Amino acid sequence: VNLLASNPLLDAAAKKNLAKKLSRTATYCEVCFWKCAAWAYTDEEGDIKKVIGNDDDPHCNGRLCPRGTGGLGMYSDEDRLKTPLIRTTINGEETYREASWEEALDLIAEKFTEIKQKYGPESFALLKHGSPGSHLEHLFKAYGSDTIAEPAYAQCRGPRETGFGLTFGSWVGSPEPTDIRDTKCLVLIGSHIGENMHNTQVQEMSDAIDNGATIITVDPRFSTAASKSSHWLPIKPATDIALLLSWMHVLIEEELYNKKYVEKYAIGFDELKAHVKPFTPEWAYGITTIKPESIRETARLMAAAAPATIIHPGRHVTWYGDDSQRERAIAILNGLLGSWGNRGGFYFKEKISIPKYPHPAYPEPKWGWHEIGEQYPFAEMGNTSEVVKATIPNEDNPYPIKAWMIAGTNLINTLPQREQTLEAINALEFLVVVDTMPMEITGYADVVLPECTYLERYDGIRSATNRHPSIAVRIPAVKPKYNSKPAWWISKQIGDRIGLGDYFNYNDFEEVIEWQLNKMGTSLDEMKKIGVKNFERTSGPLFLEEGQDYEFGTPSGKIEFYSQQLADLGFDPMPVYTHHPQPPQGFYRLNYGRSPMHTFSRTINNPYLSDLKSENTLWVNPKVARILDLKKDQPVWLKNQDGILSAFPIKVRVTERIRWDSVYMYHGFGHNNKKLTRAFGKGASDAELISKIVVDPLMGGTGLRGNFVSILTEDPHKNTKV
Amino acid sequence: MRYAMVIDTLKCVGCSDCVVACQTENNVPHGYCRDWVTEAVSGSYPNLELELRSERCNHCANPPCVRCCPTGASHVIEGGIVLVTADQCIGCGACIESCPYDARYQHPDGYVDKCTFCHHRLEKGQLPACVSVCPTKCMYFGDLDDPNSEISQLLKNRKYKTLSPEAGTDPHVFYLI
Repeated sequence: VNLLASNPLLDAAAKKNLAKKLSRTATYCEVCFWKCAAWAYTDEEGDIKKVIGNDDDPHCNGRLCPRGTGGLGMYSDEDRLKTPLIRTTINGEETYREASWEEALDLIAEKFTEIKQKYGPESFALLKHGSPGSHLEHLFKAYGSDTIAEPAYAQCRGPRETGFGLTFGSWVGSPEPTDIRDTKCLVLIGSHIGENMHNTQVQEMSDAIDNGATIITVDPRFSTAASKSSHWLPIKPATDIALLLSWMHVLIEEELYNKKYVEKYAIGFDELKAHVKPFTPEWAYGITTIKPESIRETARLMAAAAPATIIHPGRHVTWYGDDSQRERAIAILNGLLGSWGNRGGFYFKEKISIPKYPHPAYPEPKWGWHEIGEQYPFAEMGNTSEVVKATIPNEDNPYPIKAWMIAGTNLINTLPQREQTLEAINALEFLVVVDTMPMEITGYADVVLPECTYLERYDGIRSATNRHPSIAVRIPAVKPKYNSKPAWWISKQIGDRIGLGDYFNYNDFEEVIEWQLNKMGTSLDEMKKIGVKNFERTSGPLFLEEGQDYEFGTPSGKIEFYSQQLADLGFDPMPVYTHHPQPPQGFYRLNYGRSPMHTFSRTINNPYLSDLKSENTLWVNPKVARILDLKKDQPVWLKNQDGILSAFPIKVRVTERIRWDSVYMYHGFGHNNKKLTRAFGKGASDAELISKIVVDPLMGGTGLRGNFVSILTEDPHKNTKV
Repeated sequence: MRYAMVIDTLKCVGCSDCVVACQTENNVPHGYCRDWVTEAVSGSYPNLELELRSERCNHCANPPCVRCCPTGASHVIEGGIVLVTADQCIGCGACIESCPYDARYQHPDGYVDKCTFCHHRLEKGQLPACVSVCPTKCMYFGDLDDPNSEISQLLKNRKYKTLSPEAGTDPHVFYLI
């Protein structure tokens, strides 16, 4: 007898809850890219009731973020893709018809074969994000295509990997190896931890607050992080490099930098000293609007806490096109303070490698992502925008792309320059989209494949960099709902159909994981019980020992303040401030960022997360509201510098938290797919207004923050409505 | 035994994880909530302050909702937890009107619903769902009668406030400031 359930004092819902016996299944979250390990709780009827973090997981320490907690909404969303769809024409109108998996997969296999015969396998591109991507990547490599890219690189974190790579010889990677919990000074530059819910980072920033760490936030917007900071520097947008250079100036001129560290581990100090000599705080004041005494004071605070100081690399860093150089400046500052490899700075991360399940060698493609992006010498991953460009027919294009498969990324709301994306899509001979939800992009597909959610499938073992290695497994908590299937199954089915069966030598992906886990000294049975397994470090201590010799991964083996690699290719060997356009009269800089309840555009329709935030608002300074006579919650439309209009109205939020030269909105809203019943038409899409980009010449990142909008109070679409 | 919640506004980032955790733990229907996050901005650019705080029923020691309930459905149990017995609630809404915190809502099934401090979890030795999930660990829960409890210590050593003290309800959710 369940005494609790018979307790008359309990409320009805709790009684109902308690009467059911819950069992738990190990998983890791797929709502964002942090991949926190969790337990999915199911009741006797097999309904998922809740998802709770795994206590042993270094990514979450038993506490998921709201998106992870609301992850079951991905499963329960009644708007999910339910069965394969094939584009067809009925009465002259393009639409979709439901199809069987057999039919859809046969059609896709036919296209794989056709593209290979007509153009070569390289002309079939894979654009992806997250766990499904790795299964499909295996299919594409087996097929002979390395034309693979993800927006997470050139539209997001690519520049910081280049900037830190050139300086320290090491990527920042994910999760970031920032020792925030032990830091004495955390400096955030346009990085809004707390609004981005990168779990460990948020948790550790909270620890840092408890520990009394100094937090310095540089942001034109009074972000949540800014409100937790002892020093908020409300910088004029697009001037960050000037501030960074003048911080270097203060550290060097006042001899506050970590001399012992710099002498032992860095090269190019003398060049740097000469380079930053003119960049006084007074010089930076004129550019950034940050007062010279604030610049000096914050530089001294960083130095006083060093080496336990972190100048955070940020995550979404494709802003103005000189982003790799800005990240270089951030890296150099960390180098001057000695924070790389020191407690409270950056730790030496470690991960465990997953044994490769045996398969035949991949064929060698004639060209791939590398060739497509070859004009960017420091690109280290595929560039989605370059794949888009190579798809638009052009006689001079040596790398013609004719077909795409898209998995787990809503390209329409992810990429800038929508017109270009649509031009490429129109030119495609074939487009297949794999997703769990109907998105903008699924409406352009020839075939739509409904993937089941992470709660319904096996996926690869999660192994990520951290203070120590750990692995986590994803076991299906329930059977796939509707007629949806896991990406591993889709890959295998296509592979089997096009003669690549040898690459998929298993009936169920469970066999692959089991084989791998056994090789790693554990088992699927054990992992089902514990979900996460932590391992001892084998690569040495987390931090440098006093006076330890250490070879960095750069050509010189040192931290490179002066980069010969950059100089050799004609780039600035040390970061330089460049003036970027400021908004003309009547226009405001379009800034965008994350809401803590949502990931990209993928969660807006999630019933739990839509409950928390169903639409975005346009942040407008009260001064601007007064001039334009805007009222709270008034619907407005936006028109950017190229005359592009927002499709839907967005409600005004009058707030002091934003500068008068900028407006701000959360990213991911303004969906225009009517099949998203909760998200359709709610708020505006920042992505549709980003038609102008500045490309990073080092790695091809697309700078997205140089777009300006005017605010319209009358519906510009009212005469065009049917 | 006197249960109370202490929330550190200096650490809360307003992510609303507490809201989702409550919904899934307590089967709160979509479109309703037992807890929510409030944002308060003061000052003008660039001299600003922002307070984010997770709010819910204050489990008052002097609860107007209990006094005005015509059927006795709203009541106080051991530990000072204010509850509603759904079977006895006629959905008249008097308690909703009387609550200075807007902490109660009409459940689609007809009765009035609100935060229970997850007492079904307390009985199992677990923390309320919102407290256990918070990524910033800004929420604390415990026994105010125990001077050594974490919450008693926090209230002893830190500056704090309660909401609407002028209502005289003697609320038991405290905010560190």
